[in-house]
Amino acid sequence: MNNTYYGKLIFELSTPGRVGYSLPRNQFPEHSLSELPENLRRSQKTILPETDELTVVRHYTNMSNNNFGVDTGFYPLGSCTMKYNPKINEEAASMPAFTALHPLQPAETVQGALEVYYNVQTILSEIAGLSEFTLNPFAGAHGELTGLMVIRSYHAARGDLKRTKIIVPDSAHGTNPASAAVCGLQIVQVKSTPDGTVDVEDLKPLLGDDIAGMMMTNPNTLGIFEKKIPAIAELVHGCGGLMYYDGANLNPMLGVCRPGDMGFDVMHINLHKTFSTPHGGGGPGSGPVGVRKGLEAYLPNPQVERRSDGTFALRDGAEALGSVSAFLGNYGIVLRAYVYLLTLGKENIPMAGKLSVLNANYIKESLKEYYKLPIEGVCKHEFVFDGLKDEYAGEHDDPMHVTTLDVAKRLLDYGFHAPTIYFPLLFHEAMMIEPTETESKETLDEFIDVMKRIALEAGKDKALLKNAPHHTPVRRLDDVRAVKDANFTYKDLCHAEC
Amino acid sequence: MSYKYHPHTPDEVSRMLDLIGVSSLDELYSEIPEELKLHRELNIPSAMSEVEVRQELQRLSDCNRPLVCFAGAGAYDHYTPSVIPYIASRSEFLTSYTPYQAEISQGTLQYIFEYQTLMADLTGMDISNASMYDGATATAEAMMMCVAAAKKRRKVLVASTFAPNVLRVVETYAKFHGVELVKLAVKEGVTDRSDLESRLAAGDVAGVIVAQPNYYGVVEDFTGFADLCHANKALFVMNTRASALPVLKSPGEWGADIACGDAQSLGLPLNYGGPYIGYLCTTKALVRKMPGRLVGATVDADGKRCFVLTMQAREQHIRREKATSNICTAQGVMCLYVAAYLSLMGPKGMQEVCGLSYGGAHYLHDRLLATGQFEEVCPAPFFDEFALRYKGDADALLRACAQQGYLAGVKAEGTTDVLLFAVTEKRSREEIETLTEIIKEFGN
Repeated sequence: MNNTYYGKLIFELSTPGRVGYSLPRNQFPEHSLSELPENLRRSQKTILPETDELTVVRHYTNMSNNNFGVDTGFYPLGSCTMKYNPKINEEAASMPAFTALHPLQPAETVQGALEVYYNVQTILSEIAGLSEFTLNPFAGAHGELTGLMVIRSYHAARGDLKRTKIIVPDSAHGTNPASAAVCGLQIVQVKSTPDGTVDVEDLKPLLGDDIAGMMMTNPNTLGIFEKKIPAIAELVHGCGGLMYYDGANLNPMLGVCRPGDMGFDVMHINLHKTFSTPHGGGGPGSGPVGVRKGLEAYLPNPQVERRSDGTFALRDGAEALGSVSAFLGNYGIVLRAYVYLLTLGKENIPMAGKLSVLNANYIKESLKEYYKLPIEGVCKHEFVFDGLKDEYAGEHDDPMHVTTLDVAKRLLDYGFHAPTIYFPLLFHEAMMIEPTETESKETLDEFIDVMKRIALEAGKDKALLKNAPHHTPVRRLDDVRAVKDANFTYKDLCHAEC
Repeated sequence: MSYKYHPHTPDEVSRMLDLIGVSSLDELYSEIPEELKLHRELNIPSAMSEVEVRQELQRLSDCNRPLVCFAGAGAYDHYTPSVIPYIASRSEFLTSYTPYQAEISQGTLQYIFEYQTLMADLTGMDISNASMYDGATATAEAMMMCVAAAKKRRKVLVASTFAPNVLRVVETYAKFHGVELVKLAVKEGVTDRSDLESRLAAGDVAGVIVAQPNYYGVVEDFTGFADLCHANKALFVMNTRASALPVLKSPGEWGADIACGDAQSLGLPLNYGGPYIGYLCTTKALVRKMPGRLVGATVDADGKRCFVLTMQAREQHIRREKATSNICTAQGVMCLYVAAYLSLMGPKGMQEVCGLSYGGAHYLHDRLLATGQFEEVCPAPFFDEFALRYKGDADALLRACAQQGYLAGVKAEGTTDVLLFAVTEKRSREEIETLTEIIKEFGN
């Protein structure tokens, strides 16, 4: 990454007459597009640019230099598990024997691909303590939706149609209630106790024969392990509901404590968090969904099975919830995760979880003199500060009060990505830090030093922080103007400038 | 305990534990009840060296057989310029997260802005979101958009000529989201306009979704569809194959309110079904009902033009259960694939891709009919994909072709003898002749 802003759009590099491709010569003189009836053909011109190959390569290379990734530097984005993305994963995912496969090829020509799918689902089942996984969901939120569909299908199959409500803690990720709403469920919110865990007394009166289940993460979004999970699971199961585990926070639990053993019935895993596949600027991800014994039949179609002769095949189950993908999900991402699982193996997977917890606690303990720590004690893979301590931040009603946003922006000046900010909603100045296990002590020490330095800067020169960042390709952006101007395409911009 | 992805030395671990005030890594888990812990090793394979991983991947690769591809049905074997995987694997793009910190994410934000511009333009719509998982889920999201925009209406009409695997996804979403999905009648291989007219007249339809080209490759004539929908206060949604947009009448030109579909056909590798990318485009009037991320232009504190995630008040992390959808993914790197592909191909290249695919498909169509082993299913205009009825055993034919390295299309779902063939610019005249010969020989 460099700090010189590039800022051009490909449309601004277009020169009529240039080409950036080479295609085979036309070998089919018998037919041409002009045969298509006129009224089925496009008459509008397109905006596609005309550029040569090097111009395109430089354009995107210059653009990438204004971007920060895990390979650039420390990325302590809470709840996102920005661990190192191994390069052997990428090598595997680019092998032509996988990339050139059509999803509707006969099963006998894709046995290797199906074996990967089957092996990943088997390994995830063991790691999660569940019976079977589907790898079809495309992302974490898609996994949540699929998992909730499993829960609804289970109740429907029993003729238990009253169960239209789902319990979600107030600290949950926004996708939990949103996924439930898409799945046609009503959301019932359960409160947190002052220590950030589910309030069991608040939960009890919510339970009844209209409850489909409860969604939780464990550890929760504050990085706190929900110790009362056996009691919570028993209560929810007691009223006939199922327990859903949001796998966003699975990383610290690897090999130590499994969702299935905690009492969860259905869960999703984010392969792009726990199993090292790249986040890609927002996607593509993968959100496999696992279920305990007895729920396998509801997993979506198509399903991959291993037949008695050791070969692999696709099948459509009659009781399946339906389909959530046209084919087998983001196969290329599953392949990357398989390579990661093979590379770590049973010896190193538990160590990933433990070192992620070590790193989080090390940062927390090193910075709690400077930043407000609302919940004391050992955290798991992440923790939340509630902003700078008042002696550094200043008075709350002062317009120069240094906020979490200001700290986040100042971090960018020092070459670090910011933590997740203003989430969870339980704290006004939330700053959620998740270092992951792949960061060295030196990196953590540098980050700790910078966080301390920022606190001291806040004490001395508030304007420095209020106006941060100073050394990034662009300075703080005008979010309000983006909404007001509503320029979502280059055409909009051209109209605005005319 | 040294391991290549874990930089901690034993000495560092003990110093870090000291600072935290615990004596061992296990003590970091002391609050977890013992009975919840796994007191054994995971029953999964042992760690492999990189040499062994490569050997295992080679073994698995050898169990796959890529075929000369004459299949489509939702996944198309178009050419991927060498530049694209090279650019898309730049780690500044690949290893970044959703661009929340805009000051250090202008690269991602700019290519998404380009992607939005390109897709909005190709579909003839005002705006595009920053992409969806795939074409099937984008279509399901479009269906949910229809009922959200209509408020009280819960019925959506869908063409029966949709690819069945896309329809199954839309049906699944409809079942759980409480949408009444009704299939429109088919007449001579295309959506029956009179059936649409009578169903819309009931006055309870939120939206109508059609596919272009349809599952059988037919380019349907939607003249009057948008007017019919709008007269009955229903939204008109078109699922169009992205690679056909530069030459077929665009959803915007047909008067659609929402355009959606899969953009895999814009140079994305087949990848055994994913990752692909769904697109969803609409009018400015519907922007607040649109799911997914959206990038807008703005300025920074120095007045420089730059880009930022915007209109987030629609989204799940703000609206929670009242959000327009649960989507928080944008297909990031796949947007980059699309933007780089369209930039390299340009207007002329896309005409050539479409022309070669059209020419090859029609030539194959002629050659297959000339064998005498096939007959027409629906004599309607097609683009680069078509259906023919095989007079013999279609399964046996596909097996025979696969043995000789050819994926001779796919059997249409719900039939025993209809084959769907697709041709892209990658298929040569020679390959078409070879396929025809294999089929002829099999027939004899």
